[in-house]
Amino acid sequence: MSDASIALNRFGLGVRAGEPPVTDPKRWLTGQFDRYDARPAPIAGLPSTSVIAGNLADYLADVREQQRERRQSGDMPQRPGQQRRRAAGYTPPAASGTDPAMTMQDGTEPGAPMRRRNAPMQDMPMAEGQDMPRDPVQQARQFARRQGRDYYAGAVTARCLASLDTPAPFVERMVHFWANHFAVSADKLTVVGLSGQLEFDAVRPHVLGKFRDMLFAVERHPAMLLYLDQAQSVGPNSVAGQVAQRRQARQQPGLNENLAREIMELHTLGVRTVYTQADVTEFARAMTGWTVSGLGRGAGARFAGVDGNPGDFVFADRIHEPGARTILGKQWPQQGYAQASAVLDMLATHPATAKHIATKLARHFAGDDPPPALVAKLERSFLATGGDLPSLYRALIDAPEAWAPKPAKFRTPWDWTIASYRALGTRELQPLAAQNLLRQLGQPVWQPGSPAGWDDVAASWAGPDAIMRRVEAAERMAQRTRDTLDARARAAELFPGALSPSTAQAIARAESPGQGVALMLVAPEFMRR
Amino acid sequence: MLNPKLNRRSFVTATGTLVLATSIGGTAAFAAAPTNRRFVFIIQRGAADGLGTLAPVGDPAFAGQRGAVAEDFASAPKLDGMFALHPNLTNVAGLYAAKEALFVHAVASPYRDRSHFDGQNVLETGGTAAYQVKDGWLNRMLSLLPPAEAKAIAIAATVPMALRGKVEVASYAPSALPDASDDLLMRVSSMYQDDPQLHAAWEQATATRMVTSDLAADNGRNAIALGTLTAKLLAAENGSRIAMIETGGWDTHAQQRGRLGTQLRGLDGMVGALKAGLGPLWQDTMIVIATEFGRTVKVNGTGGTDHGTGSMAMLLGGAVNGGRVIADWPGLSDAALYEGRDLKPTTGLDTVIGSAVAAHYAIEGTRAMAALFPQAQRAKLIDGLARV
Repeated sequence: MSDASIALNRFGLGVRAGEPPVTDPKRWLTGQFDRYDARPAPIAGLPSTSVIAGNLADYLADVREQQRERRQSGDMPQRPGQQRRRAAGYTPPAASGTDPAMTMQDGTEPGAPMRRRNAPMQDMPMAEGQDMPRDPVQQARQFARRQGRDYYAGAVTARCLASLDTPAPFVERMVHFWANHFAVSADKLTVVGLSGQLEFDAVRPHVLGKFRDMLFAVERHPAMLLYLDQAQSVGPNSVAGQVAQRRQARQQPGLNENLAREIMELHTLGVRTVYTQADVTEFARAMTGWTVSGLGRGAGARFAGVDGNPGDFVFADRIHEPGARTILGKQWPQQGYAQASAVLDMLATHPATAKHIATKLARHFAGDDPPPALVAKLERSFLATGGDLPSLYRALIDAPEAWAPKPAKFRTPWDWTIASYRALGTRELQPLAAQNLLRQLGQPVWQPGSPAGWDDVAASWAGPDAIMRRVEAAERMAQRTRDTLDARARAAELFPGALSPSTAQAIARAESPGQGVALMLVAPEFMRR
Repeated sequence: MLNPKLNRRSFVTATGTLVLATSIGGTAAFAAAPTNRRFVFIIQRGAADGLGTLAPVGDPAFAGQRGAVAEDFASAPKLDGMFALHPNLTNVAGLYAAKEALFVHAVASPYRDRSHFDGQNVLETGGTAAYQVKDGWLNRMLSLLPPAEAKAIAIAATVPMALRGKVEVASYAPSALPDASDDLLMRVSSMYQDDPQLHAAWEQATATRMVTSDLAADNGRNAIALGTLTAKLLAAENGSRIAMIETGGWDTHAQQRGRLGTQLRGLDGMVGALKAGLGPLWQDTMIVIATEFGRTVKVNGTGGTDHGTGSMAMLLGGAVNGGRVIADWPGLSDAALYEGRDLKPTTGLDTVIGSAVAAHYAIEGTRAMAALFPQAQRAKLIDGLARV
């Protein structure tokens, strides 16, 4: 690969049709720091986090209200199956005791007609005059679908459009990198509508700032607090926890260490590094009180002692575990919010974090097994600057290891899709087009199914079925170009100085212009970056 | 992959999409055709094992060469002194008894290498080498027929090579699954040839594609549904007269016994559904079933067979002058094998198809051969393949 082709494809998102050629690759990359727009038009036009969180809050309040009514009517929580065995004529109450914040194992596929094709819709038709289905599982599915339709789908399209049109494709790539580093997955009811917001609110504004600031924005975002169960973590010895114990409340609140663990394991230090299980638990205790306002209206809000706009981060002192904590061998005597905040500050610049981030970044640009020399360079930069991200990116751009002429990475479905759209000059997208395509290609946006995010190695993406799907997708995309595109010329632009004679020949020998486009999109050059 | 959704009514022609009215027939605008002939070509993609379909049990070398794979024929009724039909082919056996099935063994197209894509291209184009001829023999056959009878349909998402050409044909996609066209797949294959990572993955992907479109899927119900669908399309008053069905899953490199057995059961079910669905039209129907090449005579280390040369072809239908096996049998002793490993072909598949088409449509033999297989070496046509 030529340096220009590396800059455009490995660092960038592929060539956009009509883009001027890159003459000075390194300057083209660093120049993007000034051109990047944290809130481009497609994203600025979306509903805000507080609107989406408000919608979620209304739903959760409805469910809780139904639960309360049921308890008052003396009907104990039970499984839906038990209700069906009741005598005919009995009208079951509106909701059972199912946790409304439950994980959607199979129901939440934000606007996902592809996978439903073979499976009949699970939902039974609603009885006339009912606003909500009676079965809480159905009800939750219906809500998740609505959030998927109203918010998730629009956010996916906005993300794609921003990537197609950006004057700063390298910085956009970094946005995608960090959003995956701080992954939430839209297969949880409370996260479906908010999954894109984490990227838009917490990653985009800080992609050219300090790692520490991005970390804080992410860990305080409602999508993360809900996804990793932090919002419901309560210190047993907190004021509210003590009250609940005295009252022998039906459900005793307690500590949830999910977010604390993933912060250490995934977001900062890295798995199997310097921390122990005791550190995780202690950090979880320190984190209690970090929660979301507005989503626990009524009793929940009174319990936590907070109020405010839905989705806002709040520190709820009433549920915070009191006392000093010991984490990574150090005492943390701070009170309240300042306690976890101080720990997080320490984690943000910890040497293990520097190594973890350096390794992931090097893997993203220089190969599945990144060269140790590059990892060391990035690590040094991170430590020397206290996690200043533009400095880190400059170190990457300056490192010869990132410019190795052999293609370093197999494109992920996301990468491949965006590069394809850009190559074809796509500027507009049908509402569900990109979403469905990415689902079909195996990488639905913001839905990696795990807080670890999507894998960044070829083995995850270069499987036979995955490649067949790309070929199928390429043929359909090419058909839509309606023979207006000369793939012979375009391929040369996409890989300046780097198009192999065999690919050029395969494209030139295509039976039609459209077939040439399809071959271009699945050429070995196009599959990698 | 072939998953017929019978409620779909969209027919795709070579030039675009047109929606056929759901009420077929009843219009007087079309004059009655001079005959009621129907013709079906079923392609077995993946190199079906002719020796495992119609076994030369009378050949003294057969049992030794085939070992455990031959055990399927232990109790299979013999058709004659030499051959026995696979026990799963019960409908076909019934047709044979009714003299409506005819087999030609030790056949091969002119292709002598072992690539599926190239072999299928030769079989479908009717050329003597891959990519030499640009249209298909089945399409060229249409130009020999009166317009009322030259109406063909591919039971596939896209028109397969055998049906491509200057006569416009329809295709019916049994499912909404977007399959990439075979032509693109072939070009991708050659583009990935020198890329180790993509080549390996692609080989596996295309092999899987053959398996997923096979007849064994859904316990054979897909195959039966496909036969029923095809019969319906052929029986409609203004419907097609000629159909091509693609079947995959014949590439049995491992554990052949079970796989081939279910494949054959699926094929047999499809034939039964065709006969049932065509009703009285069966009397005027000829079905040709053929594959691109055969498989090795010896069984490999994984209970399967690899790409070989000679295989067998079937002619089925009420219009077939059947109840016999045509074979200039070369023998299965090691010395008799083609390149020391394959059944030696003694009859040209092009000759079989040309002769069958000529007999079925009462076209003069040399004229039929010239149109269908213009590159073929002159060979004596096989007389009397259809009832007169």
